[in-house]
Amino acid sequence: MAKAINTSLRDALRKNPKTLIFGEDVGPLGGVFRITDGLQKEFGEDRVFDTPLAESAIIGISVGLALKGFRPVPEIQFDGFIYPAFDQIVSHVAKYRNRSGVPLPITIRVPFGGNIGAVEHHSESPEAYFAHTAGLKVVTPATPGDAYGLLQSAIEDDDPVVFFEPKSRYYLKEEIDLPSAAVPIGKAKISREGSQVSVIAYGPTVETALQAARSAEQEGISLEVIDLRSLSPLDTETVLASVRKTHRAVVVHEAPVFGGFGAEIAARISHDAFDVLEAPVARVAGLNIPYPPARFEKLYLPDADRILQAVDAALAYG
Amino acid sequence: MADSAQVVREQDPVRSVLRADGSLAGDPRRALGLTPEGFVDLYRKMVSIRRADQEALNLQRQGELGLWGQFLGQEAAHVGATMALEPTDWIFPSYREFGMAMCRGIDPATMLTVFRGLTHGAWDPRKFHFAPLAIPVATQVPHAVGFAMGSRLEGSGEVVLVTFGDGATSAGDWHEAMNFAGVFKAPVIFLCQNNYWAISVPLPRQTAGRIADRAAGYGFPGIRIDGNDVLAVFAATRAAAERARRGDGPYLIEAQTYRMGAHTSSDDPTRYRTAAELEAWSSKDPIARYERWLRAEGLLDQAGVDGIGKEAESTAEKMRTRLREAPAPDPGKAMFDRVYSRPSPGFQQEREEFESSLESPG
Repeated sequence: MAKAINTSLRDALRKNPKTLIFGEDVGPLGGVFRITDGLQKEFGEDRVFDTPLAESAIIGISVGLALKGFRPVPEIQFDGFIYPAFDQIVSHVAKYRNRSGVPLPITIRVPFGGNIGAVEHHSESPEAYFAHTAGLKVVTPATPGDAYGLLQSAIEDDDPVVFFEPKSRYYLKEEIDLPSAAVPIGKAKISREGSQVSVIAYGPTVETALQAARSAEQEGISLEVIDLRSLSPLDTETVLASVRKTHRAVVVHEAPVFGGFGAEIAARISHDAFDVLEAPVARVAGLNIPYPPARFEKLYLPDADRILQAVDAALAYG
Repeated sequence: MADSAQVVREQDPVRSVLRADGSLAGDPRRALGLTPEGFVDLYRKMVSIRRADQEALNLQRQGELGLWGQFLGQEAAHVGATMALEPTDWIFPSYREFGMAMCRGIDPATMLTVFRGLTHGAWDPRKFHFAPLAIPVATQVPHAVGFAMGSRLEGSGEVVLVTFGDGATSAGDWHEAMNFAGVFKAPVIFLCQNNYWAISVPLPRQTAGRIADRAAGYGFPGIRIDGNDVLAVFAATRAAAERARRGDGPYLIEAQTYRMGAHTSSDDPTRYRTAAELEAWSSKDPIARYERWLRAEGLLDQAGVDGIGKEAESTAEKMRTRLREAPAPDPGKAMFDRVYSRPSPGFQQEREEFESSLESPG
């Protein structure tokens, strides 16, 4: 997946001379995850550059550059370091067009999620804060192909997009021919068809849901896995169509369950598909605690077993 | 002010224009590149924006505006800085720069619709090269730096002026932006309108150091000037702009002025400052002192003063009428139209549901 994102950035720089990439350590180093590897060498220091270590200004200058006609693709090095930029993102990036009529085509790339054995602040899932903010689009790929295509769409979009990269899946492999077609923002995908329970996931937990589906199959249980890909705008139709087929739903994410994005999915299903539900919508998510020390993260993160427990409960309901 | 002498350095471009006491050295007409009409125009604009500012306060008191933040006393900074720039240069204001907007040709009545609660932004920034008002303090400073970085990348030659108050210099965004500007040698002028009060907090509670001195820490020059002297503001801004246009990078101007009015129409400054302080600053009024100078130079006479006063009256009157006639926009349009360039089907559906809920009776 890391290579797919790198290729997608390279293609975006090639396609449009207004595309700029900047952030902390994205230049000669190629980023701490090497996502921008080789880009400065190929496109020069004017278009791919290191900035001082200041997230609020990284996003703040993006506003000015976009106003000047550029397509900034700033990188925030880790999920837990996006908070200094929160004001700029929420007060300006999201609202500038509404205030002035001027679109801000900014794509903010953020590696997110846990399961990499990191120290504090490097494993967070802050997506709900941004999905809650009107004016932003929030997307996250689960596969290399989608990472390439969604990023193309994000950079081409005239609206600001927060692009969350599931860092625990950077090394996920898939055979793809690049350049592939752009993946439209706002379209979920059925990652695996099934008939008994809809498992709705995004980003790093799609792979976890697929593992659960493979295990369930051996026990004769058929799970349908939906990869949301886009949290805002949300493809409610694909979710509802699946639930109308299976009558049961389990939502999965790494972020704490309380007030998490799963609550929005559960509410929509409960409201719009109440008539077909045969079990309450379940949420399998992080605990309501700060992200734990690495030694305990496996106990915190949703895994296939926890998903299967929720599936069993949904099937046994009533 | 002896202070200026310590701030002005050898490489300082305003050195030859400004004396250490803030007065102009040599023949200002030649140094500033202004024609006699140009000098009078600075006066005309200060009178005009002051009258409009007063009218906006009246409108607020009469219930026509939700809020008004006066800039009374800061006219020299508004006019001097704006008129020293090229029309293609960009200005990034905070929320008190109504006077600057007027100098840029933005219709004051249209601008007041923001304070009438009809819109969050009433002009196209690209048409006037004037960014939207930034209400969260200091957040516009990095925007200006980003724009200036873009200007430098493209070699398009625009200089950017960003203005803010003394309170903004305490905010993290201000520091981050100043630092970026220094590192990237952005063609940006930081104009601090140090008006001494951030709502009720006086300058010594805001910072223990001098604002102009801070530029040195970011690797570019800073100067403290008399912000109530329109020619000093003009000279400093013009010099800083020329310097930036040459590719020599950013400049910080600390214009010392004073907020004669309240923070906004919701504020009561009698709770935190004295009448004596106000009195002392009244004697430094930017319009009165400039008028004296123009008269002494023979650039303006009583007839000219009267004519300009009438013009300002008429502008304010038109502003009042046009504002009161400003139509309330359609709610669906006002609330949904500008959120996204490419709205999703779900967003459109929410809008339709909202709009049909307005149409249905009861």
